[in-house]
Amino acid sequence: MSSETEKSAETTYIKPASGWLNLDLKDLWTYRELLYFLTWRDVKVRYKQTAIGVLWAVLQPVLTTAIFTVIFSTFARFESQRVPYPLFVLSGFLIWLFVFNSISFAANSLVGNSNLVTKIYFPRLIVPFSATLSGLFDLLFSFAVLAVLMIYYVSQNAVTLSWQILCAPFFILLAILLTVSLGNLFSALNVRFRDVKFALPFALQVWMFASPVFYPPEILSEKARFVLAFNPLTGILQGFRASLFGESYDWLTIGISAAMTVVLMVLSLFVFKRMEDDFADLI
Amino acid sequence: MKVIKVENLSKLYYLGGAKHNSLRDAIAGFVKNPRRDKKNELWALKDVSFEVADGEALGIIGRNGAGKSTLLKILSRITKPTRGTAEIRGRIGSLLEVGTGFHSELSGRENIFLNGAILGMKRAEIEAKFEEIVAFSEIEKFIDTPVKHYSSGMYMRLAFSVAAHLEPEILIVDEVLAVGDVAFQKKCLNKMRDVGRTGRTVLFVSHDMQAVSRLCSRAIWLKDGKLVKSGETGAVINQYLHEQSQSGAEKSWETAEKAPGNEFTRLRRVRVCDAEGKTTAALDIRRSIGIEMTYEVLQGGKVLIPNFHFYNEQGVCIFISHDWSGEWRERPRETGEYTSTCRIPPNFLADGNISVKVAVSTYLPLEVHFVESDAVSFNVVDSFEGDAARGDYGGPMPGVVRPILDWETKFSKS
Repeated sequence: MSSETEKSAETTYIKPASGWLNLDLKDLWTYRELLYFLTWRDVKVRYKQTAIGVLWAVLQPVLTTAIFTVIFSTFARFESQRVPYPLFVLSGFLIWLFVFNSISFAANSLVGNSNLVTKIYFPRLIVPFSATLSGLFDLLFSFAVLAVLMIYYVSQNAVTLSWQILCAPFFILLAILLTVSLGNLFSALNVRFRDVKFALPFALQVWMFASPVFYPPEILSEKARFVLAFNPLTGILQGFRASLFGESYDWLTIGISAAMTVVLMVLSLFVFKRMEDDFADLI
Repeated sequence: MKVIKVENLSKLYYLGGAKHNSLRDAIAGFVKNPRRDKKNELWALKDVSFEVADGEALGIIGRNGAGKSTLLKILSRITKPTRGTAEIRGRIGSLLEVGTGFHSELSGRENIFLNGAILGMKRAEIEAKFEEIVAFSEIEKFIDTPVKHYSSGMYMRLAFSVAAHLEPEILIVDEVLAVGDVAFQKKCLNKMRDVGRTGRTVLFVSHDMQAVSRLCSRAIWLKDGKLVKSGETGAVINQYLHEQSQSGAEKSWETAEKAPGNEFTRLRRVRVCDAEGKTTAALDIRRSIGIEMTYEVLQGGKVLIPNFHFYNEQGVCIFISHDWSGEWRERPRETGEYTSTCRIPPNFLADGNISVKVAVSTYLPLEVHFVESDAVSFNVVDSFEGDAARGDYGGPMPGVVRPILDWETKFSKS
């Protein structure tokens, strides 16, 4: 066997935490297979012992869309609506569901994998990373529903496709980055402050209502829309929908969202790396 | 060549409330910083330095809480040292537990891949060794069954099989052999020894002195976070066992407040002695063993029955003995100091460490005046000179007692 003859030249230096930020991306790359296996495990285990399995990933957005369509088409109509409401809700809710599920899942990931964290070394970032990535699997599945609904409305001439749909992946990527950042941040904070577990569901609920998931931002006042623009999800949802339905982009809002996402990413990495050394002792 | 170089490695922990687990504690912590509180400090490891040469197997011994696990955790990079450095040349594989990351919902096959990846194996490496791992575990038939349906024995066998096929240059192992049935443990120990033979460096923590001496050529002894002795395995183990046996043979309570007891009676001293009455914790299997308790009777008028409970290393109660003899059985005690001795006959207990629980009770009606677990402990040492129950047999002998019994063999020529 080759591994028996060759001696690797790698040397590990162990020293006290220095306080300097070391991202150690090389280490992350070395452990990429573990990232794959942990993601695979989470996907595999999620729908174990359910009767309909991964169909839940489809059923959740479909049911929500149905409920909201009934509510809003009966009780409150959004006048400014150009896109059919079911399509509008579904397109936003899919993204939201991914953000919500992945952040909730990632936030508990380090604590939930404490048996790994206290018994073996690997770059800790892999744990919240894989939790988020496994959520992506559900998102891809639920896109099938969106595709069906899109085809239906395009055939009814209710929406028109344009080249802009090619830009949709960019906004999904932005949503992933945002989710990864917040997932990392909360997973690290949760190790030290178990308050996160209780506070996060509320915070996410508030965030949902402060994001244009179920309503178009146009129904809000000018002032409220300005505040809403600082919600990184606003630009992502708007940009995603604009790409799907061939509407014009609101570059300012998108720009703010992208900038906020980058800031959150840097911040979360910073916090995570600073707290990482104590995980095994605190968890 | 030295592949592991550890210099002044130290790890400080803060006990109780030092690190905050909720936001409120963190805020309170700003006002009164418990980190400054010296009383909360615990040096789990203090200025430990040693070196390990390429291909050497180093045993790490010491009592629970001596810092062995902390040392392994630092060397495995799970936690960082507070002070000091370590330099390790080569790919490290650490086994602080077998079956780390096993998921009960996944099948045996899936868990092999998952666990392998967690232990640092490449996917191709796992695929190449897959058949070998399955064969070693002896659970071929159930490889596609979720591990939640496995018996604990099957689970441990599979877990260990993955671990045993890890091929790092430096292997760090913590007491994982204390699992599974005896035959499988032996198989694992042999596998580990093979690992040692192929030129890999091994760091091995265990309470099983036999395993340490079989696997390791050199050992270090940790006590209260400090390195007490390092050197040739046999010498380190001997000194360690010697100290261990010294500490357990006698226990006394200086002040009455600390002593176990109630308003009727109070324990003052317990000791283990040999046939001559000398206090010792190392007792020859061929000689009698004395256990003695000294207690004070504070209020007269009660019948008191002193009793001893004997436990082996597995926590099995081997037997209980109380003073059944006539003199004190029905006679109420006067105030004063008493010493009761129980004698265990020669060739009775099997070899190993015995822990003694001490109590004084009244029986009719039942009243327990005090119970002191692990009051003293002692080691029964077997004889290999042919005059003990084992005769000329040199191998391991199971069982909690080892009596010399009468045998008779009848012969008739066919």
